[in-house]
Amino acid sequence: MTTSRLKELTPQQILDSKLYLQWGLTEEEYQLIVTELDRLPNFTETGIFSGMWSEHVSYKKSKAVLRKFWSQNERVLQGPGEGAGILDIGDHQAVVFKAESHNHPSFVEPYEGAATGVGGILRDIFSMGAQPIAVLDSLRFGELNNAHTKHLVDGVVAGIAGYGNAIGIPTVGGEMAFDDVYAGNPLVNVMAVGLMDQATMQVGQAKGVGNAIIYVGAKTGRDGMNGASFASAEFSSQEKADRAAVQVGDPFLEKLVMDTTLMAIRDHADIIVGIQDMGAAGLLSSSAEMADKAGMGIELNLDLVPQRETGMIPYELMLSESQERMLLVVKAGQESKILDLFRENNLDAQMIGTVTDNGRYVLNFQDKVVADLPLRFLTHPLEPKLAEQKPKRLENFIKSQYQPDVSDLTATIKQLIGQTTIASKASLFRHFDSMVRADTVIKPGGDASLVRIRGTKKALAMTTDVNGRYLYLDPKKGGQMAVAEAARNIVATGALPIGITDCLNFGSPDNPEVYYELNQAVAGINSMAKLLNTPVISGNVSLYNETDGQPIYPTPMIGMVGLLADVEQALTIGFKKASDLIYLVGATKDSFTGTEIQKMQTGKITGQLFDFNAEDELAAQKLVLQANQAGYLASAHDLAEGGLAVALLEASFTGHLGFKIQTQLPAKYLFSETPSRFIVTVPASCQSAFEALAGKQAQYLGTVVDSDDLQLETSEEIVHLSRAELQKIYQESITWQLKD
Amino acid sequence: MKAAVITFPGSNCDLDLFHALADLDFEPTVVSAQTTDLSNYDAIFLPGGFSYGDYLRSGAIARFAPVMAAVSQAAADGKIVVGICNGFQILTEAGLLPGQLFGNEQPGFICDEVDLLIDNSNTTYTNAYADSRIKIPIAHGEGNYYVDSATLAEMEANHQIVFRYADNPNGSVANIAGVMNLAGNVFGMMPHPERAVDAITGNTDGHPFFKSILQTLGMAVGRK
Repeated sequence: MTTSRLKELTPQQILDSKLYLQWGLTEEEYQLIVTELDRLPNFTETGIFSGMWSEHVSYKKSKAVLRKFWSQNERVLQGPGEGAGILDIGDHQAVVFKAESHNHPSFVEPYEGAATGVGGILRDIFSMGAQPIAVLDSLRFGELNNAHTKHLVDGVVAGIAGYGNAIGIPTVGGEMAFDDVYAGNPLVNVMAVGLMDQATMQVGQAKGVGNAIIYVGAKTGRDGMNGASFASAEFSSQEKADRAAVQVGDPFLEKLVMDTTLMAIRDHADIIVGIQDMGAAGLLSSSAEMADKAGMGIELNLDLVPQRETGMIPYELMLSESQERMLLVVKAGQESKILDLFRENNLDAQMIGTVTDNGRYVLNFQDKVVADLPLRFLTHPLEPKLAEQKPKRLENFIKSQYQPDVSDLTATIKQLIGQTTIASKASLFRHFDSMVRADTVIKPGGDASLVRIRGTKKALAMTTDVNGRYLYLDPKKGGQMAVAEAARNIVATGALPIGITDCLNFGSPDNPEVYYELNQAVAGINSMAKLLNTPVISGNVSLYNETDGQPIYPTPMIGMVGLLADVEQALTIGFKKASDLIYLVGATKDSFTGTEIQKMQTGKITGQLFDFNAEDELAAQKLVLQANQAGYLASAHDLAEGGLAVALLEASFTGHLGFKIQTQLPAKYLFSETPSRFIVTVPASCQSAFEALAGKQAQYLGTVVDSDDLQLETSEEIVHLSRAELQKIYQESITWQLKD
Repeated sequence: MKAAVITFPGSNCDLDLFHALADLDFEPTVVSAQTTDLSNYDAIFLPGGFSYGDYLRSGAIARFAPVMAAVSQAAADGKIVVGICNGFQILTEAGLLPGQLFGNEQPGFICDEVDLLIDNSNTTYTNAYADSRIKIPIAHGEGNYYVDSATLAEMEANHQIVFRYADNPNGSVANIAGVMNLAGNVFGMMPHPERAVDAITGNTDGHPFFKSILQTLGMAVGRK
């Protein structure tokens, strides 16, 4: 029989060796535990506190910020605090979505880290009673100039593909960007979207004394040991990566768990009291959180936990993050229906405990009580008051806008279109099955992805977006702009933005400058979310994204969902036919600091970020939605990194058509990243109607032409570009850079 | 026409196939791989996915599923048996179709839409196509079709090659994308026609594939 490699220290030895510090508890926290228990915590209990009080599980350092999120409106059926948020989309249907980060594990073990990121977020969705219908990935890596980053990109892409393709949920979109600040801390954020009938809604609560706690799914092994604490610490290049803290995924098993859980909800809703997946801190946090939310207690018999390895000790059973496991609370006396269903589908299912009313968290193992803790105390760690301070760099920025050098417009465009941030990611996204379920209307490569709802006229638009550079220069404005751009993505498909999830990727909150960034970013996100009527209904926090004290750019990934009432009205980015008229919606200003062209020409991002005007944003979005509903638009594309030049080229590449453009502005404005802009095309037959609606909000630029020629006339010159030549650079740049 | 869509544990295109068949006036039923009797069905469809996880060679475990004896029986009885993607892999593993699917020449899963050339337009699966070049989605990591040259020569001579890739995405021998048995009632292809039956998802080139099967069986062709 294998015995655990871990030696269970006595309470006194834990005190003497200060093991709790290694496990991430502070001296103050440990003393608080001793005082509350009126004794020294034993080995298992110390491990329990280290898991439950980690930032990853408890959000103790970010809770104060998260509470500020606006998360209620007429659509919200479930806000933050459950597996995922839920919005009403009419016809008694609801959309469920959430995003989660798997940054730390993906750095150490990119394939499994990314794969289990997909698995974890899908469990959050189906534990609410929803069928997952789509996955999106928001990825950040270092520049593609070193072998390690290439290894990470390959591993993460293969991991997402390996898991998502096998489970049969399409990866419909997302985005990818590259910047040196992410070299030591890549970001792997996964958003999942599910669809449900409102009647099948589930929550993760353990109500009702005597009700059964049922464990279903995979057996528990020694993988992902205390991964939550691991995810709540910074990396150091001096220390060896902790590979044992990374979980291993099995998409086949997850599919069985998913299908059977949804079947259980469909057929046995009357006896299922609550469902939660075992995510961070595994069996421990799922059981503790479910009991805490119901204001109850819980008692588990760990001998009954299905185990993959022998000789596991309570610490390991509770802190393991083995994947594909769920915890169900089922009405007393009805357990066999659920147990039988899971077992019929070749899954482990075991009643491991009961709900109690004494408010205690009690674990039994080999006929001994190995933990007996007050539950509310366990689930409510101290929320440390964190200092915040405006970063020095923000004080010292030059006020005037960067001025790009565009003396050779053709050369500038060729160089820009091959930049990793701009160039097509299709060569990577093609590894993901974007079409399984046969509902994908807009595949990766659009502004947002669009998934139809079979049996209705509706479709759901979805996107992920954030530009960390903007937040680095101005956390609050950058936060506003991230929400605004996500909404522009949605609007460019014709859909109405309805809600937000997020992954708040930041450095260490113990650094007052990082904490300031977090606060400001959330304030920005919040203000724009309210204006757009898109409540923040779920999300995730990933802090400590720093290596050797160097934090990433503040990168609060915004995942947004939109509702399109009639899928036939879907808009896509590509030009549709020759002689359609091209318009620019929104004004172009002197907006160059923080842009792609600044990065390309100077190698860095610095200075005071350009202006963002929320009113302009709302007006531009409103115009595009109205014009589309009136049937005036043939295509729409939002302007983002690389500005008007890149948007025109993408619309041209996608539509396989050329353009003839004339602008009164100097050439450099083709690269301005002024927010709140779209390009739209309008059939000639709708010209006067569109112009009447748009007024001064839209500016005529030129026409779509059926040729390879791209003609750009600025106030300074006329250039002719070859679509085929530019498209080759755009499509092949990433592939070339990934090769050695 | 009664069609069975066999769902193995890990199949993930079973519902897509079900919807495509239902929309085209087949009477489809999703049938578990535990089933041992398929005598009620006129046609049997094996969908795409990752049967039993496909952690071994794709389809290598599924061929031992309880339903496979009934699938073999249906094939022997001359009923139409169609395998798509993983279903194709299962049919080759079961010996109901010649050849074998290997890992893509350039390793990795590919999801794309590719052009197919209809090599034999006079089959149960292609008789309704007006064009000889169509576009159908692919989504696979192990779609590299291989047969030895002697078998290939026989298959060519017997017109068993139904679809070829216009631009080979996975290294398949002779650009083969879809083949049938000598009798013509058992067919397998890596591309996914069931993902190309709806204008709103951007492609309807899969529609004539299903229509061909209905026409062959002398059924009225409709579209709900």
